[in-house]
Amino acid sequence: MSHLLSPSIMQLVLPVLYAVVIVAVLPLLAGYIVLVERKVMADMQARLGPMRVGPHGLLQPIADAVKLLLKEDIIPDKADRLLFWLAPLVSVTMALLAYAALPIGPAFQIADLNIGLLFILAVSSLGIYGIVLGGWASNSHYSLLGALRSAAQLVSYETAAGLGLISALLLAGSLSMKDIVLAQYDQGIWFIFYVPIGFFIYMVGSIAETNRAPFDLPEAESELVAGYMTEYSGFRWSLYFLAEYANMIIVAGIATTLFLGGWLRPFASSHTALPGTSIELLDALPSLLVLGVALYCFYLAPKQPVKIQKLVMAMAGGLCLIIAGALAGALLAPPAVLQGIHGAFWFLAKVFAYIYFFLWFRFTFPRYRFDQLMRLGWRFLIPLALVNLIATATALLATREWGGSLFLYTILADAVTLAVAMFLAKNDEVDSIVPVADGE
Amino acid sequence: MTGPRIPELSNVSTTVLGADEIILNMGPQHPSTHGVLRVKLKLDGERVVDSECIIGYLHRGVEKIAEHRSYQQFAPYVDRMDYVAAVSNGLGYCEAAEKLLGTEAPIRARVVRTILTELQRIASHLLWLGTHALDIGALTPVFYCFREREEILKIFEKYCGARLTTHAFRIGGLQYETYDGFEQDVKRFCDDFARRIDEYETLLTENRIWVGRTKGVGILSAADAIALGVTGPVLRASGVKWDLRKAMPYAAYDQYKFEIPTRETGDTYDRYVVRMEEMRQSRLICLQAIENIPAGPIMARIGKVLKPPPGEVYHSIEAPKGELGYYIVSDGTTQPYRVRVRPPSFINLQAFDKMARGSLVADVVAIIGTIDIVLGEVDR
Repeated sequence: MSHLLSPSIMQLVLPVLYAVVIVAVLPLLAGYIVLVERKVMADMQARLGPMRVGPHGLLQPIADAVKLLLKEDIIPDKADRLLFWLAPLVSVTMALLAYAALPIGPAFQIADLNIGLLFILAVSSLGIYGIVLGGWASNSHYSLLGALRSAAQLVSYETAAGLGLISALLLAGSLSMKDIVLAQYDQGIWFIFYVPIGFFIYMVGSIAETNRAPFDLPEAESELVAGYMTEYSGFRWSLYFLAEYANMIIVAGIATTLFLGGWLRPFASSHTALPGTSIELLDALPSLLVLGVALYCFYLAPKQPVKIQKLVMAMAGGLCLIIAGALAGALLAPPAVLQGIHGAFWFLAKVFAYIYFFLWFRFTFPRYRFDQLMRLGWRFLIPLALVNLIATATALLATREWGGSLFLYTILADAVTLAVAMFLAKNDEVDSIVPVADGE
Repeated sequence: MTGPRIPELSNVSTTVLGADEIILNMGPQHPSTHGVLRVKLKLDGERVVDSECIIGYLHRGVEKIAEHRSYQQFAPYVDRMDYVAAVSNGLGYCEAAEKLLGTEAPIRARVVRTILTELQRIASHLLWLGTHALDIGALTPVFYCFREREEILKIFEKYCGARLTTHAFRIGGLQYETYDGFEQDVKRFCDDFARRIDEYETLLTENRIWVGRTKGVGILSAADAIALGVTGPVLRASGVKWDLRKAMPYAAYDQYKFEIPTRETGDTYDRYVVRMEEMRQSRLICLQAIENIPAGPIMARIGKVLKPPPGEVYHSIEAPKGELGYYIVSDGTTQPYRVRVRPPSFINLQAFDKMARGSLVADVVAIIGTIDIVLGEVDR
């Protein structure tokens, strides 16, 4: 037995295991993000959302998946069959590939590449081929326009988002996702507090990159029906869908890793133990949070109208209870296991918080027009990102040359960047009243 | 829209950039054409070079049906034209028929008609606001709008039993007395609505994206608007202060104080502001009217069988979407010889090409929304 668990073999087995877990869990996770999205939307729009399948619609994603798989698979007559077949696969493969370098916890990472961030960005931007090919292969005007919009949008906003990321990279000094998190641990602060504007720019850029509202022009329902997905149906359509939500988790993961301390818990660098034990106070937080959710589920269970709904609600509560127990049990385990489990918890919590903002924006803002989107990208975000980058670099240099607190210097840098942002926004306002010139 | 222009539209030429222009068919099943409007667009990239509205998918021959129904029998049919403002349609038809008969509804009936018609105006504008915002990508206002519209429909339901195609009025007055608590219901709605409309404004009016999407989009000058015969909020947003409620008062509008909101530019944003303000004014009219609903009969003495003297009449009212006119010719029998409807949506839709030329595809959606058409009325 012991030779099976030797480090050299584990190095091979574990990544494969992780990869299998990710590929298996991700579609389910995407489905449940859709449910959360619909519930959040319903809450903001003064209604209930899905309530029929399972208690509070908890089984809705499964019903949706079954429906999608059973749908007729239509390939339009004049479509390019090979490309039509290939395009969604490209999208979903590239989205899944990016997970290879994403650290979901200190241990839970398939491969810690030394160019991890670069790899993720490169691979996930390849996903645009799936969209462009799909739009072209469908042989429909709506699809083509949607695909062209996507391509232009992705190129513009990836630049801004990338520049936003570099401001955090300067602070970390490494492209390895793991080292970036560890740098935040060593410096005792999440990078969002050093470069909040960089985070903001990345957030806007990442919404645009994942084609989410208010930048969802490629699939603007009221204009282009469904954009590049117009001719797709059934399983192929759900692959695009999966790719979209997988990409959302990816960009949230990148933001979490670079700006929000990755798998680190809040105040990760302070170690105050509970009196009389070696357990740290803040480590107990995750299990208490999940316990709260479990109790809430048990509280709701008897109030469900149908017996089966009571049962499923109680089961959901039980599941939360088990997770809470596992999180609490991890407190007694060796530190490596503890960090692995709690790291995954914190990472996912931050990812979902980030995604919540995506949903919030989607239900609040109207949609940009294409030329306005381009103007925002090229004439506001990219200049701002450049200024932010230079200001952050100057702050770093000043700390190194003259000493003093980096935090104070970055506040100064942010103030300068904000002033520039206001100037840019004012300029933009003057422009937006002038009607667009002909011929662009 | 003179003669069929479809062949001309099909002639695709090359653009400045040397690329081919493309023809894009929007509708009749496109999600934002608000029914079965079909718009044929000639595009240079995303820019509209030429456009043509193709209508008639919902044609039901309402005007022809009128020739084979008695005057009373035709009244429910008019509800099916602008089906989101059925009460206004009914008011126009009933008043036109009364004019033909040479009678007038009693004052009590006229006041109740005014209240219900103004509520209908709010309901119609709410539906417009929700769907217009939805077209521009704001997903949430539509639910808030429907929440308030529901309150109005509940009042209609309590009054006459129907929510959408109400047939609320009869020629000569009203069929039903108001129900107990009618005034309180209207008052409660009006009191609540002042706060609600501010809520919509916080979501949209100063939102940068909303302003960016609507300011300077689909500009219609006052001269063009008048030349095209455009009426209603679209005309007033172009700066023409023309409202039939003031210009040729009908029902009981001459008794109430209200403003006619106008704007100057005539773009999509202005039309939005005008309609928002109109909802506030309608609310004020309702509040004034329920203060004092005069007692008295609700039906004029006109007899069971209507036989208007031979002759013709044109009567128009300010429907939520513009001037809704009825031209009725009587040959002295129980059935009209001819009924011709002047629907505001149909006439306003003619301004589409003027607004859309030179704009982007995304603007086309905003422009269709801002005209506020109902295809039931366009096609009849």
